[in-house]
Amino acid sequence: MGGYLSVVIYLVMIVAFAIVSLAVARVLRPRRPFAAKLQTYECGAEPFGQAWVQFPVGFYLVALLFIVFDALAVFLFPWVLALRGLGMWAVVAMVVFLAILGLGWFYAFRERLLEWQ
Amino acid sequence: MIPLGHYLFVSAVLFAIGTAGVFLRRNLITILLSIEIMLNAVNLTFVAFGRQLGGFDGQIIVFFVMTVAAAEAAVGLAIVIALYRHRESLNPDAFTALKW
Amino acid sequence: MMESFTAVVPMLCVTVAALAVMGAEAFRARGENLPVGGLGIVGLVGAAAASVLLWDRNAVSFGVIKADNFGLFVTMVLLLVGVLTIMLSAPVVGRDGLPKGDYYALVLFSIVGMIMMATANDLLVVFIALEILSIAVYVLTGIRRDDPQAAEAAFKYFLLGAFSSAFFLYGIAFTYGLSGSTRLDRVGAYLAAQSLSDDPLILIALGLLLVGFAFKISAVPFHMWTPDAYEGAPAIVTGFMSTGVKAAAFAAFARVFLSAFEPFSGDWAPVVWLLAAATMVLGTFVGVAQSNLKRMLAYSSIAHGGYLLVGLVAANEVGKAAILFYLLAYAVTNLAAFGVIALLGAREAANDELRDYAGLWHTRPALAALMTVCMLSLGGLPPTAGFIGKWYIFSAAVGAGYYGLAIIGVLTSVVSVFFYLRVVVMMYMADGPAATSAPVETPRVALAALAAAVAVIFYLGVLPARILDLAVASVATIF
Repeated sequence: MGGYLSVVIYLVMIVAFAIVSLAVARVLRPRRPFAAKLQTYECGAEPFGQAWVQFPVGFYLVALLFIVFDALAVFLFPWVLALRGLGMWAVVAMVVFLAILGLGWFYAFRERLLEWQ
Repeated sequence: MIPLGHYLFVSAVLFAIGTAGVFLRRNLITILLSIEIMLNAVNLTFVAFGRQLGGFDGQIIVFFVMTVAAAEAAVGLAIVIALYRHRESLNPDAFTALKW
Repeated sequence: MMESFTAVVPMLCVTVAALAVMGAEAFRARGENLPVGGLGIVGLVGAAAASVLLWDRNAVSFGVIKADNFGLFVTMVLLLVGVLTIMLSAPVVGRDGLPKGDYYALVLFSIVGMIMMATANDLLVVFIALEILSIAVYVLTGIRRDDPQAAEAAFKYFLLGAFSSAFFLYGIAFTYGLSGSTRLDRVGAYLAAQSLSDDPLILIALGLLLVGFAFKISAVPFHMWTPDAYEGAPAIVTGFMSTGVKAAAFAAFARVFLSAFEPFSGDWAPVVWLLAAATMVLGTFVGVAQSNLKRMLAYSSIAHGGYLLVGLVAANEVGKAAILFYLLAYAVTNLAAFGVIALLGAREAANDELRDYAGLWHTRPALAALMTVCMLSLGGLPPTAGFIGKWYIFSAAVGAGYYGLAIIGVLTSVVSVFFYLRVVVMMYMADGPAATSAPVETPRVALAALAAAVAVIFYLGVLPARILDLAVASVATIF
């Protein structure tokens, strides 16, 4: 347990420093609020509208197609690493796999899912 | 090395959080996220057991679970969008055309 | 290397058919109408031929797919369900304006998942198969995009399906952690060695797997999604999922619990006993109170799941064979019943309320007669398939000493006859909306499918010996 004591002290110091410095600043600083000062800071640009806006549903459709094909790429990485030891069958298997995925893409394309609606 | 029990405990807690989320949250998207948390809790269990057993099986299984989860999430989101187009709401209490 | 592919040939046939459907739809010229349903039937028939050739061979592919006779019997049932579904869908797809390519491809893909589930010899493969079929069926449930009810049904089905598969997967994780493998034979060997200890982790794994399966076969108390999903989905999809999904899930359930987890049957049998009793009772009594035919049949299919569970609890030779026979009888009957509902619907109105059936005999006598046979078979009256199925299930329960379950089963069957006959009486009534509407011609293909289904119902009801022998032989290969 002795090894952890320094971590505990460190944690206490961090929290204490944050609280003390904020408290001191609050006591010492003058309070003169005005509109520009109370605004949300957005890298200097004028903020507008609400932070919680609705996205057009089209974004979701693109995201959906992306998720599926992106996650299926998970099989490509181990395949590349193990390819040397697996030989021709692995190549054929992956070609078949990608062909099926490609058919899926083409189907989505022909069903006009890739066009912005 | 961290003992197996710790991993199992964390994954059980995550699974419980996910389960609670499905029942308690009132937003369809959050409910979907809760189900993802459950699946990832199971993934953690697989990896922990796989490491304990000393093989790659556990990690390979996780690959399959991840893909399945992605496909499931995609279909789930698509269904949510279809629902939203009809109802303009994501609150499950608004869906009452069928008795629960 | 080619040898190792033999057991997956039926699945490959259906997969290729599904991909061909997608390809044909993707490459067709705009406005061109392709007979993609026929393409699907070709694939299914090819798969059936492959299954017949694989019979008695016990082929194993990659160690995870085992085309033993048990799996092949269920595969044949699933292929029959697939062919009938596609034939019955032909008029519905055009009428309701469903996306044709999506529809048939999804039906075929989910059949691939079902076959995979029935022949899987590895828990992880069972899970993947479960997801393949479930994801396709979620989409099929909500395939009518102009129908808010369908979207809602799809979401409820999706939510509880995904939720339950997480439980199922968690059970697999514990099984894997304990036994070091997901292969059923290795899990079985491990559990047989542990049968005297009661490691809590084994019981947790058992419980989680049980919950996962119970959701899929909609056993009470995990049935909440069933009535909503079945009512909201298009009638023909309901017919497909209430038979195909249930048959596949039961096949995997029986395989996992009667082979790998058999050493722990003392632990799970009482729980399944309770599930079976609750499922039969609730399915029947809530079914009586329904006024919507689809919802009524949803509860009836819950009750039928209960009868199948009775066979699983009995777990003797008769019981295991009875499960297979009952699955076939139930699948054909229920699919045909939903087929009739689908044919009677219209794009604007589903016409699935009980009162819509009043006087049907006077306008569409063929459909009314076919529906009557289905209702009698679901109610378990001779000389139909349902009667023989129930007879064997209950005699298995009695043979194994489960008198209580057999009594509950017989009583609930008697009550269920009431609501099936109510439909029949309704159809022969002289006055009603159906009696006054103009007669409509029933599409040929769909009528042929219904006639074939009814022929099977009578064949199984009058001459069950041959199929029963097959079922007994199938069971002998694995248990």
